[in-house]
Amino acid sequence: MFSRAYKTVVTVPPLLWVTVFLLVPYLLMFCYSFWSVSPAQAIVHSWNLENYKELLQKTVYWQTLLRSMWIAARVMVFSLLLGYPLAYFLSFYAGRRKDLLYQMVIIPLWVSYLVRAYAWKTILGSDGVLNTLLQYVHLTRHPLDFLLYSPFAVVLTLTHIYTPFTFLPIYAALEHIPRNLVEASHDLGANPVQTFWKVIFPLSIPGVVAGATFAFVLSLGDFLAPLLLGGPSGIMISNIVVSLFGAAYNWPLGAAISLGMLVIVVSLLFLSERLEKKWSFS
Amino acid sequence: MASPIPPTIAVSASAQSAAKPALLSIQHVAKSFGRNAVLRNVSLEIAEGEFLTILGESGSGKTTLLRIVAGFETATSGELWMGPERLDHQPPYRRRVNTVFQSYALFPHLTVEENVGYGLRVAKRPAAEIAQRVAEALDKVKMTAHAKAKPSKISGGQQQRVALARALVNRPRLLLLDEPLSALDANLRRQMQVELKSLQREVGIAFVFVTHDQEEAMVMSDRIALLRSGELEQVATPREIYSRPATAYVAQFIGHTNLLKGEVQGGIVRCAALAWPAPLPEGPVLLSLRPEHVRLAGPGASGTGVVRIRGRVMHQAFHGATELIRVECADRLLLVVRTASGGVVQSEVELEFSAADAVQVRESPERI
Repeated sequence: MFSRAYKTVVTVPPLLWVTVFLLVPYLLMFCYSFWSVSPAQAIVHSWNLENYKELLQKTVYWQTLLRSMWIAARVMVFSLLLGYPLAYFLSFYAGRRKDLLYQMVIIPLWVSYLVRAYAWKTILGSDGVLNTLLQYVHLTRHPLDFLLYSPFAVVLTLTHIYTPFTFLPIYAALEHIPRNLVEASHDLGANPVQTFWKVIFPLSIPGVVAGATFAFVLSLGDFLAPLLLGGPSGIMISNIVVSLFGAAYNWPLGAAISLGMLVIVVSLLFLSERLEKKWSFS
Repeated sequence: MASPIPPTIAVSASAQSAAKPALLSIQHVAKSFGRNAVLRNVSLEIAEGEFLTILGESGSGKTTLLRIVAGFETATSGELWMGPERLDHQPPYRRRVNTVFQSYALFPHLTVEENVGYGLRVAKRPAAEIAQRVAEALDKVKMTAHAKAKPSKISGGQQQRVALARALVNRPRLLLLDEPLSALDANLRRQMQVELKSLQREVGIAFVFVTHDQEEAMVMSDRIALLRSGELEQVATPREIYSRPATAYVAQFIGHTNLLKGEVQGGIVRCAALAWPAPLPEGPVLLSLRPEHVRLAGPGASGTGVVRIRGRVMHQAFHGATELIRVECADRLLLVVRTASGGVVQSEVELEFSAADAVQVRESPERI
């Protein structure tokens, strides 16, 4: 149907793109993770497993990884708790306002991440909007200091930022449920609550899994929210990677952590793919 | 020449069904979507154990009427009564009415067995009872072998049976069927018409069946309610609706017919070059004459009450057992004649029909 030349023209650029900007960097990172840094701050190209040994032995990396996962898990749960009801309402009850409300969920995605993170800074800070208000109505006498520079602030900000990402696949899954299945369920005597748990929710599971994966994976790799709002107690694993590639100048160790993260994320994606397949019916 | 529908039987059958107590009473139901009136003032009674077909073209409002009975739509005005109980105030899940959907609407995440047991599970019946009733229902529709299959793994005809079992297992008082056979191919469809009808007799549940296919309606129904642009045109047994169509629309929608426009003067009907005595009121008249009631006349004089006319054959269409012949008579009167297949007829024919077979029908008012 298409000529050889045409096929070449359309396939080569993307292949080239993936090779140069994805495969080569990963390969380089893979190599770096087996190299080391000399006391004179030079990269030594001798193959060894020292970086991985250090990762396994030093508890600081494990603790930070676990904290990152705990933060990501909370973001995932909160964005599901916010995103699912929102998607459900929009899909089933919004009627003619559906498109408008959908746009309102999407529009925040056009605003820069940094702007949204800084917005929380001005809200949560010790002389921020929230603390001023709380003192003004005499609920507190002194500013609450756990609001900013804490894991709480990171979870809050990331939930705010990633809820649309959770909302979208859930909304898509709900929109795909044929409405006559809901009618059939009512027809067979199931009330709206029974219908939700027996028909709507099971059929929306692929969307829930996709949304949960988005929230967890994106939060796990985030470094800006902890950098801006996390403070010392809200440091996440990506902040360590950033400093290892920057000020600490230990690219090999940074590469090793990154590779470890990559393995975790890829396994998660694989798992979520399996789950989605298991719950898709067409 | 035998007319396929002896009118005497039609009359007795209608008297019989009217005597049964009404199970569902639809009273003055109207429905509008915005400014678009889909149903206007529909009143209809459905008897216990009856097979009633709501017949109509697409857009006639038949599916909307069914959805109002099921509870998926709310009527703009009017009432539904099931015995002493007002039905239209109940949500669909409290109505003892079940539906077989046009596209079956089987739950894709549940097996055939789980689909059939759904209604009993949400009603919290004991597990042993559910298992037994589901097994019986699957047996009744011959789907026991596929009990563990997911709906996507079985054929359209099989899905249709499962949908039927899923509705019937709940022992509803009324079963609604929304064009359930329209997705099946012609052979399977005819087979299912017979099976569905015998199943209905066996279970004794009233069926309200929606279709646009007049042949299907004739084959299966005890009574047909013909809906046109949101209003009932006629409700009668298939025989009655065929032999005594109330309006020109009914006569044309159900089978073929010749519509003759004429004038009654002094007990004589005049229509084009034809004239015959008939006990009809004075003034303009519209008559329906079925093609099978017109025959090719033999030589010699005909009896009393028989009308004769000569015409030129315009077209002859072979339909298997019968043929339809279009004949142009004097004064541009076109008559369609149904005869037993008997080869090509000559170009000039002599036609005759009994005056009694030309049935008066009302003009169908224009509706938008």
